[in-house]
Order: sequence, then C-alpha cells, then structure tokens
Amino acid sequence: MELVDQSNSPRDIDIEFRGVTKRFEDVVAVDDISLSVERGAFFSFLGPSGCGKTTSLRLIAGFDQPTQGEVFIGGSSVVGIPSHKRPVNMVFQHYALFPHMDVAENIGYGLRQRNPKPAKQEVSKRVDETLELVRLGGYGKRRVWELSGGQQQRVALARALINHPTCLLLDEPLAALDRKLRREMQIELQTLQREVGITFILVTHDQEEALSMSDRICIMRDGHIVQSGSPRELYDEPINRYVADFVGKSNFFGGEVVETNDSCVTVKFDSGQVLTGKQPKQAPGLANGSKASIAVRPEMISIKSADETDTNSSIAIKGRVMNRIFLGEHSEYLVATEGYGDVMVLSPKSIEHSSRIFTPDDRVSISWRPDAALVLGDT
Amino acid sequence: MRIYAIAVFLFLYVPIGIIVLFSFNAGRHASELRGLSVQWYGKALSNPFVGDAFVTSLIVAFSVAILSSLMGTAAALALQRLKGTMRVLFDGLIYISVMIPGIVIGIATLVALVTVFDFLNPLLASIWPEGTKPPKLHMGYVSVIAAHTLFTMSLVIILVRARIAGMDRSLIEASMDLYATPWRTFYQVTLPQIYPAILAGFLLSFTFSFDDFIISFFVAGANTTLPIYIFSSIRRGITPEVNAIGTMVLAVSLILLMTAQFFLRARTNR
Repeated sequence: MELVDQSNSPRDIDIEFRGVTKRFEDVVAVDDISLSVERGAFFSFLGPSGCGKTTSLRLIAGFDQPTQGEVFIGGSSVVGIPSHKRPVNMVFQHYALFPHMDVAENIGYGLRQRNPKPAKQEVSKRVDETLELVRLGGYGKRRVWELSGGQQQRVALARALINHPTCLLLDEPLAALDRKLRREMQIELQTLQREVGITFILVTHDQEEALSMSDRICIMRDGHIVQSGSPRELYDEPINRYVADFVGKSNFFGGEVVETNDSCVTVKFDSGQVLTGKQPKQAPGLANGSKASIAVRPEMISIKSADETDTNSSIAIKGRVMNRIFLGEHSEYLVATEGYGDVMVLSPKSIEHSSRIFTPDDRVSISWRPDAALVLGDT
Repeated sequence: MRIYAIAVFLFLYVPIGIIVLFSFNAGRHASELRGLSVQWYGKALSNPFVGDAFVTSLIVAFSVAILSSLMGTAAALALQRLKGTMRVLFDGLIYISVMIPGIVIGIATLVALVTVFDFLNPLLASIWPEGTKPPKLHMGYVSVIAAHTLFTMSLVIILVRARIAGMDRSLIEASMDLYATPWRTFYQVTLPQIYPAILAGFLLSFTFSFDDFIISFFVAGANTTLPIYIFSSIRRGITPEVNAIGTMVLAVSLILLMTAQFFLRARTNR
C-alpha cells in the first residue's frame, strides 16, 4: 500500500523489530526484542503460551502498538499506523471468517475496502483466481459455516492472500485442525509460500510444525528471544537446556561443571560419575562449578545387549529395559540406568533385527559417540 | 407442588382471560356475558378520546424506542471499552436503573423537572427579547419521552452488551486487518452482528413505553396516553369498551414481545 516506500529501503529485510517492548499494565509481554526477517522467508515464532509470540505478531499487524522501540515493515517505521493502513494480512487462529457473508464475499472483503474501489467484475475475477489457488474452486456461494475446518482454513488464507500483502501473518493457523489434516496443511502452506513468494510469519507452540515449515525459527520465553536460527541449528546446536528441551526430544543429565578444555566440558553428577560433551558454538561459556546438563538426543544412543562389548565407544552405561513402545518406523525404549536415571532411546527399525529387539527387564548397555553429547547451561 | 403451580398460573391468567372474553360481550354490562360480538371494539375504535390517546401513546412509544435503541447501542459499544472500577460502577448503575420501581422514577423525574422548570422559566423570560412571548417549559411529550428513555435505554444496553460479549472480537480485528476503516468495520461487521439485539431492544422499549402507566401518570402533563385513558375511564365503571381497549393493548404487546424474542434467538448460534 501507499504508506510503504520501498525505494529507499534495504531490499532484503521485510520485517524488523528494534528494541521493541510491549507492556500491558504491569505485565511485560515482549521485552526489548530486536530481530529482522528477510523478504520471502518462512519465519516462525516458537514458544509456550504466554511467551510473547502472539503479541509480537499483533505488533506487526497493528492491533497493538509497542510501548517502546520500533517495528519496521519494508524499511519504514509503522509506529502509530493503524492496522487498516498496513500492507500485511493475518490468518487468525479461529479464522475469524465473517459469518454473515458467503465465501466469495469473505474473500473479496479486502479488495472492496480499497479506495478507489475496484469494479465488481474485477473483484469476482480475483476471488475466483484465489479460490483456485487454495483449491476451493466453485465454493464461492457457500456459507462459511457449511465448510469443514480445513476448508475454512483455506478461505481464511485466500481472504488474506488476495490482497497481495508484502507479508502474511499466521497465528496458530493449524491448531484447530486434526493431526492428519494438519500434516496436509503444513505441506500446502509451504507449497503456497513458494508459489506466492511473500514473507510468511508463523506463530506456533508446536515445535514439529515450526521445524517442518520454517526457514528460520525464533524461540521465545517470557518475552525474550532465547535463540533464533535455522531449524537445523536449533536442533543440533541449542544454546541451552530450554531450547534443547523445546526442539525435539532429549535426555538430560544434570550436574556440575568440573573441567573445561577448549569446547570439551566435563560434568560431574551427584553419583560421583562424570560425562564429557562439547559445547555448542554460540552458547555462552560455562565456568567450573556452574550447573550444567549433558544432553543426548534419543536417536543418537545405541542400545546393545549387556554382554556385547562395544569397542568403538568410550561410554557404555549398563541398564535394564523398563518399557518398549513400537512406533512403526522405530522403537522407543525407556532404560533404567545405574547412576544416570531413566534414559530414552530411539532405535530405528532398519537395525532392529531379531537379536536387537529387547523386552522389559532385559539387561542392556547403552552408548553414544562422544560428539553426540552436548553440554548445556540450564538457562 | 403441581397443584400450587397450577393455582398460581390460574390466579395470574384467569383475570386476563376474563377481560379478553368479556371484551367480546354482546351485552352492555361487564358482569354478565350475553352472547359474543365485536361491537365494543367498534365503539372503542370510533371513540375520539381513545383515538387521541392511542396516537399519543404511539408517538411517545416510537420516540422512546428510537432514542433508547440509538443511545443504548452507543453506550453499550462505549462501555465495552471500559475496564476496571469504572466498568463495575457503570454496570452497577445500569442494573440499578432497571430495578428502580416505576413510581420512584415517576416521582423523581417529576420533582426534578418541576424544579428545573421553575428555575429556567423566569430566566428565559428575562433574557427573551421584549415584545415576543417567552417560551414556557412544561410537562408534555418531551418529559414523558425523556423519563421512559431513561429506563428503556438500560434495557437496550443490557441486551446489546450481551450480544457484543458473545461476538468474536477477532472479527473486528480481521476487518481492520483487511483495510476497513473503523467506521466501515462498524457498519460492515459489528452492526450486522449485533442488529438482532438492537431490534429486540427497540421492540421491548416500544412495548414498555406503550404499556407504562405509572411514570406517564406523573410526567405526561396534559397529554393522555392510552393507559392513562383506561385508568381514568374505569373510575366511571368497567365497561366492555375498556375490556376491548385492554385486549387490544395486550395483543399489540404480546406480538411485539414475541417478535423481540424471535430476534434475540435468531442466529445466536452462528
């Protein structure tokens, strides 16, 4: 729209936060956040409820104004600009389709608010095109409440996309759908984003959703950004225990740092035993005596019968199988160990021939490669 | 318990039923039924006093309904934005104004208006240009409409507030997000969502004002509304004509109330 002057703005940055704080009376929802989102990226805010992710989205949409700091859209500050003058569109959590309008009227709503108002034929042509884009051709005359959840979701998408926003905001868009439909819509959203080529900003509490769709993820807690990076970076190099716990599954062994040697850190446990691991690149350094956890992803742990000796691995922890859950492509074991608590192990089906299937009470030995263990601070 | 319930309903509705029945009485006495006829309806409708009172009641009720639905809706929308103590205070005041007995509203409005008039009339007379007749404020249409509106506006506020509270707030945000100005959002999204409550409020206000005797009796001045006419005519004995007027008022009220109920129920699930 006319308010965004894109000629003198850096082309590659679409949305930017500079020191943004949002306070609601005495609650700080967003606390001094700075970030930038590249044009055409699929960006996600990920975090538990109350972490400030939805507030951040509402600050971009213009439903709330920052208490401090500035939000930029396409290089221009949008502080004080009301939402109806911003070139972004939102897909709401419960879709917020207008119940007194049919599907076509809902989708054409944004176009009809333009000044000058486009001709009727122009609007209906664009509505039909957009219905095709979200694969709802011929549904224009339906009432919105006659549609299924997935179809309503697509109408909400179409209603936003028809306006060619510079950036599409999605507030937990898939939370109301069932699991199977959610998978389908995740793929559809990704495809759609590549087709229309605009920035998508997603808010979600579902780590799987964020990991599978985004180019970049920003993990939030209590109004702060804990870590942002590509899904792979967050998974492989979490900077602390919170991130490792939020993204994927991990086993944590909590103890105290006793020795630091380059990026190799030794942690001592209450039982007196020690484990070593490496520190992720971006993580803050750990002083001797500080609390830390060794984190090992369940799929990095291999499980063997207790009498099999493993020559490749320096670590071998003895334990007893407590439980096995068959999950199709892999099995999930829970192993009670001596001195390290209960450990979760994911064993892929491809290596699970008959000798490697364990049942509860089997004595086993678990091990991992030294570089699979990460040392993480607790905060 | 069932016996008591039946007794209560009989006590409530039998007198009303009798009035309706006797309005069709062919005889001229209210106490004995002599065949059925609609002659008293004809008499009532051709009576010029009844006609005048009916027109007065209609003018008052229409004005009250329009004013209270406009002001009540505006107030409900504004109250929605209030938070904390102010909201509790205004909510309390609105509910209290619905519960205050009509006779208190009547007397209070009468006393207040008489005091204001006594203060303003000499003042107006003194500042009015010489040679022209100064206006004299007195009880009449304006005072009875104002008094009724005070009460019925609260009804509209309560109905519209309930409707707004049940409305998805994100609809308004969606409209703003889709480039609609606040005014366009109001008439394209908010109004279509709350109009059943406004319409119901309009009809209830109309019915209340049309039926009201107590408040009107105090502040209507020289104007005679239908309930006031009925009251003054039964002092000369209950005639089948009064029964016929009463039945007509009852029918109009019931139709309006049922229409209001229809609007309140319609589309609440959407």
